[in-house]
Amino acid sequence: MRIVVVGASLAGVRTVEGLRRRGSDADVVLVAGEPGAADGVAVDRPPLSKAFLASPDAEAAPLTTREKLGALGVELVPGRAVDLDLGARRVGLHGGESVAFDRLVVATGSSPRTVPGLEPVPGVFTLRTAADAAAIRAACTEDARVVVVGGGFIGAEVAWTLRQLGRPVALVEPLPTLMVRGLGPELGAAMTRRHAAAGVDLHLGTSVAGLEGRDRVEGVRLTDGTRLPADVVVLGVGTVPETGWLAGSGLDLRDGVVCDEHLAAVGAEGVHAVGDVARWHHPRYGVDVRVEHWTNAVETAGVVAADLAGERAVHDALPYVWTDQLGGRLQVFGQVRPGDEVRVVSGDLDGSFVAITGGEGQLRGLVGLGAVKQLMPFRRLLLAGAGWDEALAAA
Amino acid sequence: MHVSVDLNVCQGHGVCHMTAPDVFELDEEDGHAIVMVDPVPAELEADAQLAADSCPERAITVS
Ligand SMILES: Cc1cc2nc3c(=O)[nH]c(=O)nc-3n(C[C@H](O)[C@H](O)[C@H](O)COP(=O)(O)OP(=O)(O)OC[C@H]3O[C@@H](n4cnc5c(N)ncnc54)[C@H](O)[C@@H]3O)c2cc1C
Ligand code: SF4
Repeated sequence: MRIVVVGASLAGVRTVEGLRRRGSDADVVLVAGEPGAADGVAVDRPPLSKAFLASPDAEAAPLTTREKLGALGVELVPGRAVDLDLGARRVGLHGGESVAFDRLVVATGSSPRTVPGLEPVPGVFTLRTAADAAAIRAACTEDARVVVVGGGFIGAEVAWTLRQLGRPVALVEPLPTLMVRGLGPELGAAMTRRHAAAGVDLHLGTSVAGLEGRDRVEGVRLTDGTRLPADVVVLGVGTVPETGWLAGSGLDLRDGVVCDEHLAAVGAEGVHAVGDVARWHHPRYGVDVRVEHWTNAVETAGVVAADLAGERAVHDALPYVWTDQLGGRLQVFGQVRPGDEVRVVSGDLDGSFVAITGGEGQLRGLVGLGAVKQLMPFRRLLLAGAGWDEALAAA
Repeated sequence: MHVSVDLNVCQGHGVCHMTAPDVFELDEEDGHAIVMVDPVPAELEADAQLAADSCPERAITVS
C-alpha cells in the first residue's frame, strides 16, 4: 500500500507522523510545496503573526526535516502537485514527473485571498509563509506607517502586534466591527473598542478603493474618500482553499474538498482531506463546515491517520481557535452565531473575561480572554451538550 | 508511558488540561501545566498522547 500526502504543513506532517505512530507500514510519500521553504516544508504558522513578527531575531523552524522524515521511513518529494488523475491514481508534479498512489491525502491548506483590482506593488503583503512574515518584519522599520486591510482574527492580531511595537497602525474593515465572524457582533464590538483604545486607527464600514504609489506603496484610498498614508500594507482578507490543482479530477470541490465525517472525499475511492482544505459533514452540527484553525489541522490529521491505519474515526471535535491580542490570549470554543445571546459569566469585557453564547436554550459558544482557568468548567458543559440555563447556573 | 512539560516552552494554553484533565492540571497562578500522574496509567495514555499532539507549543514530551 502506498499513501501519498500532498502538502507539508501542519495537517500533512501530522498525518504522516500519525500513520507511523499507529503502526502503519505502508509506503508513505510527502509532497512538499511550501514556497520559499527549504525542502518545501512549512513552519508552524501561528507565531508568524505573533512572536516572530514582534522580534527581529526570532526564527521559525520547519515542522519537520528530511532527517526526521527519513527516520520515519517517509519519502520527501519537494515540489508542487499540479493535477490529479483518479483513474490512473497518479498525482502530477510541476516539472512533469508524477507519483503513483493507492491512497491520497489532500493537505494543501489554504492561501491568502487577494483584493480584486489591487495591483501588487512593493510594500503590499499577504501573510502565510515564514518568507511573508520575514518580509513584513523587515519592511516595518521604526517609522513605517502600516495599514492592515481586513479585521478578522489575523488582521486584528497583526494590527495589535505591530501597534505594541509602537508602529502607527490603521486598520480597514468593511464590517462595522472587528472579528465579527469569530466573536459575533456584541463581543466583536467590545474588542473593537479595545483596539481603538490601544491606538489602532480604525476605519470600519469602509473598504479599499485603490492604492497610491508607483514603485512602492505610498497610501491607501478608501471608498469613503479617506486617504491613509502607508509604507506597508498587510492584506488579511481571508483565505481560499488550495484546490486549484484538483480541478477537473472529479472530486467534489465546493469551497474545499467535500468529505464525509471520516474525512473521506465523497464520490471518490481512497481519497481523504485534512486541515484547512477539508470541508466535512460535522456530526455535532449536522452541516458541512470548513475550519481554518490550528487545532482542527491536528485533529483531522489524527482522524485520517487512524482511518488509514484501519481504526475508523469520526471528526466531531468541538471547534477551537485562539489568538494573542488585547493583552492576553483570546480563546473561542464552539460556534458564536450572529443572532445569539451573549452573557459575561466571569470578569468584564474591559479586562479578562469569560462569555457564553447561545440561543434556543442551547449553549453554543464560549469566548474567554486571559481566563483559561475560568473557561474550563464552561468548556466541559459545552462538550457535554449542556443547556443555556445550566451554563448560567454555573456562573 | 512518561510525560513531562517543558515549562520554558509552555505558554499556558490549557489545551493539555482540556484534553487530558486527569493527567494535566493548570497552575492557579500562572496557568502553566502541571503533570498530575507520571508514569501515566494505561487507560490515560491515549488522552496524554492526544494532549501532547494538541499542545500548540509542543511543550509536552511523551516517552
Ligand atoms: C499568520 C498566521 C497565524 C495563525 N494563527 C493562528 C492562531 O493563532 N490560532 C489558530 O488556531 N490558527 C492560526 N492560524 C491558522 C493555522 O496556521 C492553519 O489552520 C494551519 O496552518 C492549517 O494547516 P494545513 O496544513 O491544513 O494548511 P497550510 O498550513 O495552508 O499548509 C498547506 C501546505 O500545502 C502546500 N501546498 C499547497 N498547494 C500545494 C500543491 N499543489 N502541491 C504541494 N504542496 C502544496 C502549501 O504550500 C503548504 O505548505 C494562523 C495562520 C496564519 C497564516
Ligand atoms: S497545552 Fe501546552 S502550552 Fe498549553 S498549558 Fe498545556 S503544556 Fe502548556
